[in-house]
Amino acid sequence: MLRRFFASRWGIISVGAFIGVFAPLLQKWGNPGNMGICVACFERDIAGTLGLHRADVVQYLRPEIIGFVLGSLIAAYVFKEFRPRAGSAPIVRFVLGAFAMIGALVFLGCPWRAMFRLAGGDGNAIFGILGLIGGIWVGTGFLKGGYNLGRAQETKTVVGWLLPLIMLGLLTLMLLFPQVEGQPQSGILFYSIKGPGSLHAPLFIALGVGLAVGILAQRSRFCTMGAFRDLILFRQTHLFLGVVALVIVAFVTNLILKQFHPGFVNQPIAHTMELWNVGGMVLAGLAFSLAGGCPGRQLFLAGEGDGDAAVFVLGMITGAAFAHNFGLASSPQGVGPHGIAAVVIGLVVCLFIGFTMRKKIASGGR
Amino acid sequence: MSNIVDARGLSCPQPVLLTMEKIKKVKKGAIAILVDTDTSKENVSRAATSQGWKIKGIKVERIGYRLMIVKK
Repeated sequence: MLRRFFASRWGIISVGAFIGVFAPLLQKWGNPGNMGICVACFERDIAGTLGLHRADVVQYLRPEIIGFVLGSLIAAYVFKEFRPRAGSAPIVRFVLGAFAMIGALVFLGCPWRAMFRLAGGDGNAIFGILGLIGGIWVGTGFLKGGYNLGRAQETKTVVGWLLPLIMLGLLTLMLLFPQVEGQPQSGILFYSIKGPGSLHAPLFIALGVGLAVGILAQRSRFCTMGAFRDLILFRQTHLFLGVVALVIVAFVTNLILKQFHPGFVNQPIAHTMELWNVGGMVLAGLAFSLAGGCPGRQLFLAGEGDGDAAVFVLGMITGAAFAHNFGLASSPQGVGPHGIAAVVIGLVVCLFIGFTMRKKIASGGR
Repeated sequence: MSNIVDARGLSCPQPVLLTMEKIKKVKKGAIAILVDTDTSKENVSRAATSQGWKIKGIKVERIGYRLMIVKK
């Protein structure tokens, strides 16, 4: 019964609506502006807290990400869907993850945050979303032409457990080395004392919302990239309705919470170099569509045992480290010194992958 | 039975793409689709239904499911 509900139209709509309520609430409870949930930004903050990059304004071990993976793991076990699998071109997924992150950080947000920025009144998000759709559109072209990353194989349980265990390890680190007010470091973890990394909802609230979203999204297969891809590729509106529900409900919630501030300039953690808002998200959208899921979906897949999605996640975290170490990430002042070059290189790499991974799979048997 | 689509191990949206390809090719009759995840089972069912095919049965296999879809 419950299983059928989540696979239904109203199932995906209610999950989108749930996220649409709780992301703005997380912002009210302390998360940065129009960043109630941002998978890319939060993974970047995790890279920062671990010292993989030293941008001191974006270092925090975001419990939402941990919750996403563990919530999905719980749901997958409860509904007997945990299936350890791996081996579908992991290195390609790693590279796609890294460049998806770099593209997202040029725009300053993943597809999730693009929607929340829009729902918060940030007009620059429109350019990001146009770029996202453009990137996904290019990706669907490759899919139609036979692009695929090959089959995954069933594998040992531990393969599926590794990313959830890494998340449990991160949570343990956070409990062992909790933030000390005004201190940039606690034990081995770095904590921002200014900037977006210093803004966060209380740990257990963030973790709780993360777990709930993880459970619901695993059940409903919520995906912000699949939403547009299925619309373009199959004229299917199923996943798209989830994203529409998210945006509308987040907009209304922002109105109620007085968090809706329409405009283009001085938007929180955003810049107005629109060409690169588009460009960054073209790269991210293309990379996500070549990898088969938005950054949130990759976390949920990793939670239900998909080792290849886990590699994509690690690719994203690595990409974030490069983005800040090499000056690729944007800031409210505009794109980073090497951001444009990174987008161009990323697009070339994604096109290369798209054109070369076109082996036809025999559909009639292995 | 020659109309088999083996989409096991393939990630989204390949199972749906392969099913649609087969549907376009055979136009009517029966197709068996092998998938390995519940997500693929749902996606393929949804896609087939939208093309006017009926889900005749879903069998649990050692790995995943075997979906039988038909159109007269």
